[in-house]
Amino acid sequence: MSGTVRFVLGSELRELSDVRPTQTVLEYLRTVEKRCGTKEGCAEGDCGACTVALGEPDEAGEMHYRAVNACIQFVPTLHGRHLITIEDLRQADGSLHPAQEAMVRTHGSQCGFCTPGFVMSLYARYRTGEPPDAAETDDLLAGNLCRCTGYGPIIASAQQMFELPEPQAIACEQPEVIEALREDSDATGLELRGGAQSYYAPQTADGLASLLLEHPDATILAGGTDVGLWVTKLHRDLECVIYIGDVSDLKAVQQTQRGLEIPAAATYADAHDAVGKHYPDFGELIRRIGSTQIRNLGTVCGNVANGSPIGDMPPALIALGATLVLRKGKERREMPVEEFFVEYGVQAIEPGEFVERIILPLDGQKLFKAYKISKRFDQDISAVCAAFSLDLDDGNTVREARICYGGMAGVPKRAEHAEAALQGKPLELDAVKAAMAAMASDFTPMTDMRASAEYRMRVAQNLLMKCYLETQPGTQPIRLAGSAGIKP
Amino acid sequence: MSDHAFDERHAGGGQSAVVGGVHQMLIHDSAERHVSGEAVYVDDIPEPRDLLHLYIFKSQRAHARFRLSNLEAAAAAPGVARVLTSEDVDGKNDFGHVNIGDDPVLAEGVVLFPGQPVFAVAADTIEEARRAAQLVEIEYEDLPPVITIEDALQAKSFLCPPHVLKQGDAASALRTAPHHLQNTFRCGAQEHFYLEGQVAMAVPKEEGDVHIYSATQDPSAVQHLVARVIGRPANAVMVEVRRMGGAFGGKETFATLFAAIAAIAAIKTGRPAKCRLDRDDDMIITGKRHETRFDYDVGFDDDGRVLGLDLSLAMRCGYSHDQSIPILDRAISHCDNAYFLSDVTITGYACKTNTASNCAFRGFGSPQAMLGIERVMDDIAFHLGKEPYEVRMANMYGVTERNVTPYDWKINCNILPRILEELEEAASYAKRRQAVKAFNAESEWLKKGIALFPMKYGVGFTASFLNQAGALIHVYQDGSVYLNHGGTEMGQGLYQKVAQIVAEELQIDVAHVKISSTVTDKVPNTTATAASSGTDMNGAAAQIAARKIRSRLTEFAAAKHNIEPDRIRFEAGMVQIGNEQVRFEDLVLDAYMNLVSLSATGFYTNPDIKVDPGTMKGRPYHYYVYGGAVVESLIDTLTGESRITRIDIVHDVGKSINPALDMGQLEGGFIQGMGWLTTEEVVWDDKTGELRTHAPSTYKIPVCSDRPKEFNMHLVDWSENAEDVVYRSKAIGEPPLNLAVSVFNSITDAVASVADYKICPKLNAPATPEAILRAVEDLKGVSLP
Repeated sequence: MSGTVRFVLGSELRELSDVRPTQTVLEYLRTVEKRCGTKEGCAEGDCGACTVALGEPDEAGEMHYRAVNACIQFVPTLHGRHLITIEDLRQADGSLHPAQEAMVRTHGSQCGFCTPGFVMSLYARYRTGEPPDAAETDDLLAGNLCRCTGYGPIIASAQQMFELPEPQAIACEQPEVIEALREDSDATGLELRGGAQSYYAPQTADGLASLLLEHPDATILAGGTDVGLWVTKLHRDLECVIYIGDVSDLKAVQQTQRGLEIPAAATYADAHDAVGKHYPDFGELIRRIGSTQIRNLGTVCGNVANGSPIGDMPPALIALGATLVLRKGKERREMPVEEFFVEYGVQAIEPGEFVERIILPLDGQKLFKAYKISKRFDQDISAVCAAFSLDLDDGNTVREARICYGGMAGVPKRAEHAEAALQGKPLELDAVKAAMAAMASDFTPMTDMRASAEYRMRVAQNLLMKCYLETQPGTQPIRLAGSAGIKP
Repeated sequence: MSDHAFDERHAGGGQSAVVGGVHQMLIHDSAERHVSGEAVYVDDIPEPRDLLHLYIFKSQRAHARFRLSNLEAAAAAPGVARVLTSEDVDGKNDFGHVNIGDDPVLAEGVVLFPGQPVFAVAADTIEEARRAAQLVEIEYEDLPPVITIEDALQAKSFLCPPHVLKQGDAASALRTAPHHLQNTFRCGAQEHFYLEGQVAMAVPKEEGDVHIYSATQDPSAVQHLVARVIGRPANAVMVEVRRMGGAFGGKETFATLFAAIAAIAAIKTGRPAKCRLDRDDDMIITGKRHETRFDYDVGFDDDGRVLGLDLSLAMRCGYSHDQSIPILDRAISHCDNAYFLSDVTITGYACKTNTASNCAFRGFGSPQAMLGIERVMDDIAFHLGKEPYEVRMANMYGVTERNVTPYDWKINCNILPRILEELEEAASYAKRRQAVKAFNAESEWLKKGIALFPMKYGVGFTASFLNQAGALIHVYQDGSVYLNHGGTEMGQGLYQKVAQIVAEELQIDVAHVKISSTVTDKVPNTTATAASSGTDMNGAAAQIAARKIRSRLTEFAAAKHNIEPDRIRFEAGMVQIGNEQVRFEDLVLDAYMNLVSLSATGFYTNPDIKVDPGTMKGRPYHYYVYGGAVVESLIDTLTGESRITRIDIVHDVGKSINPALDMGQLEGGFIQGMGWLTTEEVVWDDKTGELRTHAPSTYKIPVCSDRPKEFNMHLVDWSENAEDVVYRSKAIGEPPLNLAVSVFNSITDAVASVADYKICPKLNAPATPEAILRAVEDLKGVSLP
């Protein structure tokens, strides 16, 4: 394996052989490169002041650029990639990039501290060549907090940048700058040792599996949207990190006979369209996870593997009866996703084992609804997340109800009493009310800064009512968020 | 002007021919540097050699005696230069801005809130400093804490005796009023969430002097208070700030704490030292907007007109004074908002609690006060079954009568009626009111609300001595101008506005006016950039300085050309001298060659503001800003979620110095206020006083999608400040935040629809999904399980 992190920063190749494996890209930019245009606002991927554009080659070698948070990315994850920061955007003649110029013209900056981050989010969008509509603009910018402007001018910039003349000769956009990355086709992956720390980035699932056998206590790093915070917030020392973002055969979401297979390295962004096509509410749930920057990095499997009781993927996966594929060495075993969650902080996984993929069954017959309750619609963590999968017969009788909640217990948990109350009953108001009442026996939620126990219980019950109401013929969705939300 | 009608970089629109004069929509002076990442904030300044980084160890207890041990181990840890405790404070261990002595830089023997700085470690890297701090042992001996407002009211734990403002005879008016209501209402705190956290870098100089780069709204205070902390005269400390990444009041007093710690480290080690807080420490250590509880007893007639009001407000101040008393006073004097209260008693309690010391935040107590009186209006309306709008109109201040405030100041320029007329028209209020009711009649689960909110806001520092400002202008031999003043730039565009005033006065292109950092060695004894007064005061000071130079040039030209001074005019880069025309820079060079001084200071004062501290009567404000907002909202009665769907604002800034920047303040301030009342919930543990929401993962300020798609803003073009304020403009910083009280009124209206508008919802702020669902279920006669 190679011991040098090779990436292109702007228009220059960087080769780092002496790098701390958990040094963040933000710290590297500000202290080593002295690129201080990228700011720290929160160090947890919530504010977007550190947004940079990261180019990653696809299987054909074509670079795709996405906005990501530099504050929770580790430097070695840049290996083989192209990092573009705010300092790279000026055109050859020194004039501003359209994403910058539009922000100037619309009065999109006030204090200016969040501005480079917004510009980089806009820049990543600009490279797609597709002007965003209003809803896409909201999604595009949900990961960038601005405390000064009220956002209006920035929203206007997202349109206006496409109306300005195309930029000329930006150094970092010249094709030759990424040539150096193509030369490096070492398929064995990256291996770093820095003091007491080690870092591995295997390139195949087999490689990953055997590395984990060698280092069963290693921290598996995927998008870093959780593990990154262990370093920046909890100040934890990670001794051995195994990064799976370079594992090429664990990236593509595929439809097979068993359903939709979502492998370990597939990000939320990768999974969104495929999942949303079959289950629009699941798609909407993915849309409301984190922000564009977070969804560009974070993985669906990671949201399960980290065992959190408030992740938004598990309730939907459990309600839909998804299967988890765990792998250790050459051995694989499968289990329903719900069995993975043993109790708070305990998962059914052995040292050296990893979540290789999730198989989401595609059953068009079932009725699926999902809801997320949080203080803010976008980029917030659920107080309660609910997913309902109802199998109804022709007579509107519930053959099977699978109801799962996040935020109601120490693990994502099914509402068994409520399910039982619906089972075999016609889906009518009486049965729904009985199930709502039964739910009181299913959960003993906690009070925290997101919501009280009482609210959690009541809203969990009410969401079942909402699910019922939304399934009634001729009823519009009763929602304030997302594309299904009513247009004011 | 309407929404986003300001998209030209150097658009005209002013009356003057000069480029970048007043009343023009210029971009922010730093806009190009903002978007390119080239704007330098304190943490971006190239770091000097041997820089130390500071980590602050915070108290884990609300109230306890403590003892530190094993400090030597920390001092000997790798990379550590020094461990600082209160014993390292050579001067007075107090960074308090009001000179009470209750704001220790580092705790001395007792900690008074969870998060209080106890000691600091200075090391080569922040990581080394943090690791070393863990080696220190701390032993606590707990003392009884006072955490909540209720705890404080019960224990009579106050910073000062209650402040009372009385007008007329509320008690007898309440006895005779035909209708009567008594209720309690509360609103939450608010975190500033400036994107740039608190930061200071101190560089030691000769003779033990220190130069501090500080993200502060009040460099003169940092200078004087750091001098007091290090036991040196003020002339030993120089403070500089080019710009802040947002402040909103949060960098008015707290910046001083971190500057002081950096300065102590620099002096004790002889090495430069930086104190930059990460987001969690910043949110835990620094104060917030005051959480407030209202208790009121209101008597009114059949029209909903208030006859008597006895209102008390209790504000959670935290462990020390900070600026809580003036904040309480501004709250008390804004409890009238736009309404005439003939017989009223307002009592304010400054609750002393073992929580972080709450501090200035855009609005300075007035948003809470307005929220309180608005609740009273809604309570009356729903009680009488009247439209909330009608009750508000019935109580509005008159133009020529019913125009005396509770503090006995007669309002002589009330333009609110005209503003509301324009607002009703622009927002089609009456029509939409009917549409909202029709929607609610049909919609079982989703409910709409709409509210029209009138606002009056008092501008000026009630503490008279703060109404002073200075400026310094140099004109160099080539005609280029260097501008300095005491105001600080935190994003509001003050620097640009003041530069426009100078450009206008000297009739030169604003591009020739160099905007510079605010530094205490250029303009001394300045007042904090606060109370929305930045342009009023610093703009006026700069105007005075520019006029001095212009009149020297005029005198010189008059003498040289032997004509009357009134035949000399400055016009767009040129100077008309009788029939002759010369370029500004040529006249300047000529004046220089003839020994004319081309540097001037400007000093502005406003002596009008005077209040009797005993009775709180007098003139607490220089003038009023008026505005109105109509807000439509939508709530989900199953979940309590809400969305603001449309906002219409008509607002008064007098004759705007820069309408583009003012529009930015209007929108930004409003959305910030909307956040306070909706998604932003500061949660403290009621037992331990620990802050539970100390990062953006748990504290949610508005994001892009929270801004309604329909957001119409209008600055009235006919308003001119009746007071002699620079170019007849009015302040803009704080009033827009207060306008957002309308958001809460609108959500209240949506909730009230659940019980057919017959009962005022028991909705407290912020209107989180949980707060809304509780209020909805309360109206439905069910309570949460």
